Amino acid sequence: MEPETLLIRLSMNEHATKFPRATWQGAGTEKTLRLAGEWTLGSGEIKVEGYDDGDWPKRFVTDGIGHFDSRLPGYLMSCFRAKKKHHEGSLSGLPNNLRELMELALKVPDHHEAEKQTEHSGRLAALGTKMTSVWIASVSLVEFIGETVLSLGRFFTGKARFRKSDFRTILQECGAEALPIVALITFLIGMILAFVGNAQLANFGAGIYVADLVGIATVREMGVVMTAIILSGRTGASFAAHLGSMNANEEIDALRTFGFHPFDFLVLPRVLALILMMPLLTVYANTIGILGGMLVAWTAGITPALFWTELLSAISPQSYSLGVIKSVFFGATIAIAGCMQGMRSGKSSSAVGQAATRSVVVSITAIVVLDSAFAILFTLLDI
Amino acid sequence: MTDTLQPMNKISVHGLTMNFGSFVVMKDLGFDIAEKDIFAIVGESGCGKSTLLRHLIGLIEPAKGSICYGGESFTAATESERMRFMGRFGVMYQSGALWSSMTLAENIAMPIEEMAGITSREALDLAYYKLALVGLSGFENHYPSQISGGMKKRAGIARAIALDPEIIFLDEPGAGLDPLSSQRLDELILKLRDTLGSTVVMVTHELASIFAIANNSVFLDVHTRTQGATGNPVWLRDHSENENVRLFYNRGKTGNPSDQHD
Repeated sequence: MEPETLLIRLSMNEHATKFPRATWQGAGTEKTLRLAGEWTLGSGEIKVEGYDDGDWPKRFVTDGIGHFDSRLPGYLMSCFRAKKKHHEGSLSGLPNNLRELMELALKVPDHHEAEKQTEHSGRLAALGTKMTSVWIASVSLVEFIGETVLSLGRFFTGKARFRKSDFRTILQECGAEALPIVALITFLIGMILAFVGNAQLANFGAGIYVADLVGIATVREMGVVMTAIILSGRTGASFAAHLGSMNANEEIDALRTFGFHPFDFLVLPRVLALILMMPLLTVYANTIGILGGMLVAWTAGITPALFWTELLSAISPQSYSLGVIKSVFFGATIAIAGCMQGMRSGKSSSAVGQAATRSVVVSITAIVVLDSAFAILFTLLDI
Repeated sequence: MTDTLQPMNKISVHGLTMNFGSFVVMKDLGFDIAEKDIFAIVGESGCGKSTLLRHLIGLIEPAKGSICYGGESFTAATESERMRFMGRFGVMYQSGALWSSMTLAENIAMPIEEMAGITSREALDLAYYKLALVGLSGFENHYPSQISGGMKKRAGIARAIALDPEIIFLDEPGAGLDPLSSQRLDELILKLRDTLGSTVVMVTHELASIFAIANNSVFLDVHTRTQGATGNPVWLRDHSENENVRLFYNRGKTGNPSDQHD
C-alpha cells in the first residue's frame, strides 16, 4: 500500500503546476475530497475524478494545492450546493485561510423562500397566464382611457391642476420641434405619390389627374397617418420614457403625497397638447405634401397654376376635414399609449426602455387599426 | 378601548399585515407613536421598512389591520378625507424623488403655491428659506441632476417640510452620507422636531443616528416576519428579550441582557 500511495501523491504533485484537480475518495465516514493543482482563474479546466455519492466529505486533503484564488472556494461552494442535505460536515483539513473563507460563505443559510418559484408551472398553466394577462392588459387599458376622460372632465370644469409651464414645454416639444421632420417626410411622400401617379396616368393621357391623386391621398390619408407615425416615434416614446423614469425615481409618489393628482398633473397636459398639436401638424403636413406633389408634376409638364385649379376641384372641404378629424383621435391615441406605458412601467432602467418601445408599437398598431376603422366607417357613410 | 385611554398617540397601528401579491412581507404589526416622537423603523435590509412607510403614507393599501392618525382611521377613510390627512404629512423619499424637470426652488415652491392666498413670489421666497434651513442656499436654481446625492437628500427634506407638516416621514435620511453630513442631518431633524413641533417617523439602519435622536422605534424581524420589539432603541439594545433585536442594535455582538452595563 505504502509505495502505491506515494506514487499517486507523486503523480499528483507533477500535475500540481498545471491544472486544478479534485478527487473524491472513499465513502461514508472515510469520504475524502483531495484537492491539488493551481486553483487560479486561467490555470485550465478543473479535472474531477472519482465518484461523488452525494454525501458530505468528512475530510479534505489539500497538500497538493499550489496557489488558489476565488476559484477554489467557488468550486467547493458548488459541491456543497449540490448536496441533498444542508451543510453539516466539517471543513477540517482545509488550510486556515480557505476554511475561514468557506465559513464566511456558509455562515448565512440559503434564503430558500427567496428563490424564485416559477419553474413548476406547466405549459397549460403558462397558456392560461398568457390569456389572463391579455385580459388584464385590456382591462387596464380601458381603465386608463376612463381615467383620461375623467381627467378631461375635471379640466373642463376647472378642477384639474397642472403646471402651465410644463404644458408650454410639451406643446413646444411635440409641436414646433416636430415641424422639420414632418416637413421632410411628407414632402417626400407627396413627391413619391406624384411620381407613381404620373407614371401610370400619363399612359392614358390623363396626367393632369395626378393633382387629384396627390391631393386626395394626402389630405385623407397620408398627411395624417405619416404625422401620427412620426409623433408616435418622437413624442409617444418620449412621454413613456419621461413618465417611466419619473415613476422609477418615486417622483410620481411624491406628487401623490403632496395631494397632486398624478393623472391631472402628468397625463392631462400631454393628452391636451397632442390633441391640440396633431390637427395643426396635419394641416401643415397636407400643405407640404401637396407642394411636393406639385413640384414633381411641374417637372412632368403640369404648371403649378393648372395643378392648383385641378386640386381645388378635387378636394372638397368635407374630405379635407376628414383627415383633420382623424388627427384629433390619433393625437389622443399616441398620448394615451405613451403615458400609459410610462405610468405603468417598472422601476428599473430596462423597464423604462421597454415602456418606450411598447408605447411606439402600441400606438402605431392602434393608429393603423383606427385608420382602417375610419375607412370602413367613411365608406359606409359614403363620404 | 385602549384608543380612548391614550389620546396622546399621534399614530397607532393595529394588526397590520403587508403583502406583495401572495407573499407576506410582515404580519401583526402594532405600535403607537406619540406626539413629537422621533420614531425609527428599524430592521435588516429588505425586511419591509420602506414598505411599512409607504403603508403609513397611504401609497399602499394594507392587506389587514388599521392605521389611525390622532384616533381617526386612515385606512377606512374616503379618498377626500385621505387628502386631508395627507395634507399634514411631509415625505422625503429614499432617493430624494425631486421633480427632475424643476429647479430646487421650484420643487419646494410648487406645493406651497397650491395653498390659498400665496403668490408665486412669496412661495419662491419661502422655498429659498426652506433651502437655507437645510444648508442649500445658493443652489436654488440648480436642477436635481446637478447636485450630489447628499444634497438631494437635504433638498428632499426641504421639500418635505415645505408646508410645515405635523408628521415628517423620512426614508433612509442618513444612508450614503459621510459621518459629518449624517451628523448635521441628525441635528437638523432634532431642530425641526423642536421648532416645528412635528412628529418624525424615519426608516433607517444607521445605528449611530438611531441612538442619537430616536426616542422610540419598532424593530422588524426578517426571520419571524413580524415586529421583534418596540420602544426606546437604547433600552432595547441593552434589555430586549428578543435576541435578534439585541444582535441588531449591538452590531451582531451577542450578549446576555443582564451582562450589559449602562
